[in-house]
Amino acid sequence: MSYSRDVAALARKDLLLELRAKETLPAMLLFVVATLTIFHFALPRGTGEDASLGLLWSALVLTALLGLTRAFVAEREQSMFDALVLTPCDRSAIWLAKSLSVLVFLVCAEVIALPAFAIFFSGIDGSTVAAVALADLGICAVGTLFGAMAVAGRARELLLPLLFLPAAIPIVIGGVGGYLWFLALYDVLFALLAWATFEYVVVET
Amino acid sequence: MFAAAIALAFYYAPTDADQGLSQRIFYFHVPLALTAYACFGWGAWKALRHLWKRDPQADLESYVAIHQGVIFGALTLVTGSLWAKISWGVWWSWSSDQLVLFLVLFLFYCAYFMLRYSVEPGPARANMSAVYALFGIVLVPVSFFAIRLSHDFIHPVVFSSHGPQMTGAQFFTFCVCLAAMLLLFATLYSIELAGKRLDASLRELRELLA
Repeated sequence: MSYSRDVAALARKDLLLELRAKETLPAMLLFVVATLTIFHFALPRGTGEDASLGLLWSALVLTALLGLTRAFVAEREQSMFDALVLTPCDRSAIWLAKSLSVLVFLVCAEVIALPAFAIFFSGIDGSTVAAVALADLGICAVGTLFGAMAVAGRARELLLPLLFLPAAIPIVIGGVGGYLWFLALYDVLFALLAWATFEYVVVET
Repeated sequence: MFAAAIALAFYYAPTDADQGLSQRIFYFHVPLALTAYACFGWGAWKALRHLWKRDPQADLESYVAIHQGVIFGALTLVTGSLWAKISWGVWWSWSSDQLVLFLVLFLFYCAYFMLRYSVEPGPARANMSAVYALFGIVLVPVSFFAIRLSHDFIHPVVFSSHGPQMTGAQFFTFCVCLAAMLLLFATLYSIELAGKRLDASLRELRELLA
């Protein structure tokens, strides 16, 4: 399968880049722990578990946003976008590879964030972990597409949160409520849409 | 048509036994909301035409439809908020799914303008706007389900599975108001489109002269 080989090569490139530069992941880790600390003091003493669970979701979405903002920075700074678009592969492979690498970063950040949450606030059960995993897929799928849009604009870092946060509201609702089937539906629907439309977002300039 | 709708809404339709005069805002609030959906749907349809058929007019048409949709959406938020104040005593109620949905959509489509004005005009911008508009129309039912899941609701559900729960006169007035609102959208849409096209051709003429 040449498609999966393309995806693997592109994703490998992103991960290798991160392994050498170490820019995104440490930032995400520090950010999520700092956010959880702030949330601990923002909550009044003796608040229930439900409230802190909501904060976990806001922290995760914001951390993902941080990772997504960085996702296309390397391409932009080295103006590699045109070269990437001209590579002889299906353009949706670029999206898939980028989503995968962002997903890896996000999962790594969560490997720290979820235990930290369990220590700071309250324990988390299996269904929360499952919900977080499902939400990650949707966040990466939608966020990568919007990230590619945002880097084309003048406002860049400013634009992505504006584009992404309204679309992430259903994820937060589904995550806080623990509606796994809804999160799965969201993932499938938006991943298909992003997969189909990504080739229009990156056009050679 | 719009005048007739106003007249019917105020004089013809029977006053609601429970809510009194304030119920008449229903004849504007609900058609406004439905028209806003229609605008977003039309914008997404034009976006699809742009991506699929490469229709050269579709990008501008999609933009104008969404622009109108945001205006109608903002009016829906305002009338909804007024109605909420009068009948529930609060300006904003998180348990009213339609209002929350409109807030989400409003935020989403405002970002559409940010996107559009931050990218240089050209095919790339047209494509991005179209993709974003398609995401918007998929987000409508998804957000709707999400919001409905998230709470118990007190929003009156007028259209249930048993058909509209209105009397004949109310339903007639409602239909006239809806038609008037859609007609208003169609008129504003064609005016704005004509204006934008005129603007574009004027710019071309100027460039030719320069």
